Amino acid sequence: MEFGPHLMLASLEGAVIAAILALTAMGLSIVFGVMRVVNVAHGEFYMLGAVLAWFVTTTIGGHPAFGFVAALVIAPVLVGAIAAASDALILKHIKYDPDRTIVATIGLLYIFQQGTLMTFGPDARPVEAPFNHRLALPWVEYGENGLQMFWPWGLSTTSYKLFVIAAAVFVLIALWLFITRTKIGLIMRATQQDSEMAQAFGIPVGRVYSLVFGLGAALAALGAVLIVPIQQAHYLMGGDPLLLAFIVVIIGGLGSLPGTVVAAVLIGMSDGIISVFFSPTVAKIIATLFVTMILIWRPQGLFGKVLR
Amino acid sequence: MNNNKTTKTNITRRTALKGIGAGVGTLAATGLLPGTMGYAQAQSSAPIKIGFQKHATGIGSAYGRWYDATTQAAVTRINDMGGINGRPVEIVIEDDGTDPRRGAEVLEKFANQHECDVAFGTLFSHVVIGSAPRAAELKLPYFVVSEGHHVASGMLNRYTLQPGITDVKSQVQSMAPFVANNLGKKVTMIYPDFAFGHDHRDFFTAAIAAQGGEVIAQIAVPPSETSFTKYFPQIPRETEVVYHVMVGPAVLTFVKELGEFFGPSRPEIFGFIDSLEAVDIKSPGLEFLEGTYFWEGNPRHAQANNSAFDTNFRAAVGVDDRGASLADSNDVSTYAHMFGCWETLNVIKAGMETSGYQGPADRSKLIEAVEAMTDLPHSDDHPQGAKLFNGKTHQVFGQQYISKVTDGSLVVEHTASIEDGLYEDEVDYTTQSF
Repeated sequence: MEFGPHLMLASLEGAVIAAILALTAMGLSIVFGVMRVVNVAHGEFYMLGAVLAWFVTTTIGGHPAFGFVAALVIAPVLVGAIAAASDALILKHIKYDPDRTIVATIGLLYIFQQGTLMTFGPDARPVEAPFNHRLALPWVEYGENGLQMFWPWGLSTTSYKLFVIAAAVFVLIALWLFITRTKIGLIMRATQQDSEMAQAFGIPVGRVYSLVFGLGAALAALGAVLIVPIQQAHYLMGGDPLLLAFIVVIIGGLGSLPGTVVAAVLIGMSDGIISVFFSPTVAKIIATLFVTMILIWRPQGLFGKVLR
Repeated sequence: MNNNKTTKTNITRRTALKGIGAGVGTLAATGLLPGTMGYAQAQSSAPIKIGFQKHATGIGSAYGRWYDATTQAAVTRINDMGGINGRPVEIVIEDDGTDPRRGAEVLEKFANQHECDVAFGTLFSHVVIGSAPRAAELKLPYFVVSEGHHVASGMLNRYTLQPGITDVKSQVQSMAPFVANNLGKKVTMIYPDFAFGHDHRDFFTAAIAAQGGEVIAQIAVPPSETSFTKYFPQIPRETEVVYHVMVGPAVLTFVKELGEFFGPSRPEIFGFIDSLEAVDIKSPGLEFLEGTYFWEGNPRHAQANNSAFDTNFRAAVGVDDRGASLADSNDVSTYAHMFGCWETLNVIKAGMETSGYQGPADRSKLIEAVEAMTDLPHSDDHPQGAKLFNGKTHQVFGQQYISKVTDGSLVVEHTASIEDGLYEDEVDYTTQSF
């Protein structure tokens, strides 16, 4: 494939990765920003979202669009509820102590993963996309007769992949409005800035924490519902997103939401482009190397504030 | 706070030794100690235990489930016919997680904890390669159903045998003439990046060159990959045939994205059915496969001239004419591979009967009996077709099928003979000591 079309294909693939990554990493970042909890089970909430999407779509049946729309609503809400419950049942009782929350969320990771294995089973299950058309993409080249448009072999995307990118952008904008324009968002930000002071002003910090933990998990689940018609639901699918989300959050700055989005686009696009031109392993190596550099020279991340 | 600290026990070294000695004696007398069991069992009708190393979890789980179903069906049949040497057969299942390290541990459990007579059943080549050295150390006959060339290549040992399924070298060698003569000479290969995929890469590249063709690109994909579009731009424009073989949980995504990549202008496509094992060929997004070709170890869809043996095999395992579970038509089996479990168990039975196998002491006699086998006729014991076993290389040879997707069904277009897949011996395991 020629360089130009090749790069365009790589960018499109990268944009899909970046879109999902932005949602997943945003969930992780909000949880850390507000609660100071490093949630190692985050990837499993993503996996649960995908598995529930499969369950909802197969239960409903009929045209794939009905099931998909239902899954878009039901899976994130259910996963959010599971997460909020785990916060109330576990994290609250260990008082959000940083070391113990890491151990506790590792425990949750295994509970969710093995619980899924025991119920859903070890097989990968497909979810049918609500719509999926192959869109061949044109390319322009300067030839003998001036600028010419032609259709390179293999340069294509699908309508569903474009929808995933648009949907992720929409959700991110909605989330930004939610945090900056609503009262709940204000309360969340107050808790983030100083939880003790917020409590002194009568904010139910405990309930805010449960809400935030649920919201973070719901974002991961939403990303998974969007990706599952492209990939498939599988009980081990939470590993890669967890790693990438951590990379994104570290690069963007823990708790910084704009930083998370910028870093997700950076990592997602570079992952897509490097995977296409070199190999997916090289892409992971470079991302991890980048994290190391950030940790050495700018430990607070690209957009993070230095903690006092 | 603790007054017992200073209390001395009355057991001296001598009494302790006496006690242990007496204990061992009692155990030995009652046949409870490993190693003393052989003769005790010989007179009894204690079951013959076959350890089944199952890919219950991990990337091989779809195969594990169907290998299990086939194994249970084969053992039920063997037991209904009176068992082996008058003793019932019992299957002991351990999950290896499709992981080589765990695979070796599972063999240890079979040998030391469950006291199995033989071990059996592994598919994934990295698990076989990781486990086989342990089988030799434990002196546990290890019957694999793996397709990899590692058995016949001489990489493994005298305790590892593959009598129920053909190997990749033989498969691709009998496919290459068909590909070169009917589909095209310029081939791009896409294969999983581990031992099994490397067998495909090496042997097909050589086999197609022998037919005057050429592999113009080799694209390796990690077996745990979940998204594939990013690999396809490496397919050169002049490709006449795409040769694909993929494994792992994401095979459906792989084939779907292949179709989306090519759109209406696809080259000829020749795949190993591994890329679609346990996946319904009528799944949405796979319409582009119409008119493409697949290697099949055993035709998934019952053919017009289906043999009675295959029909009986389907009924016993519980799959319908389209290779799906009788209980759920969406649950498609790994039909091209799982017959290997059935046939391997029948080889174990035949080997134990010829050698008069009584217990673990007779393990080397069992291996020698299997090594002496040659022709395995098409029968209810070998429903996939007649086979030829090579005792020196521990590898079986058999027919291969090429099917064309026609109206959503896999219709056999060409059957490669046993001779098409034969190659020169690379090892003589019979010269190795036990």
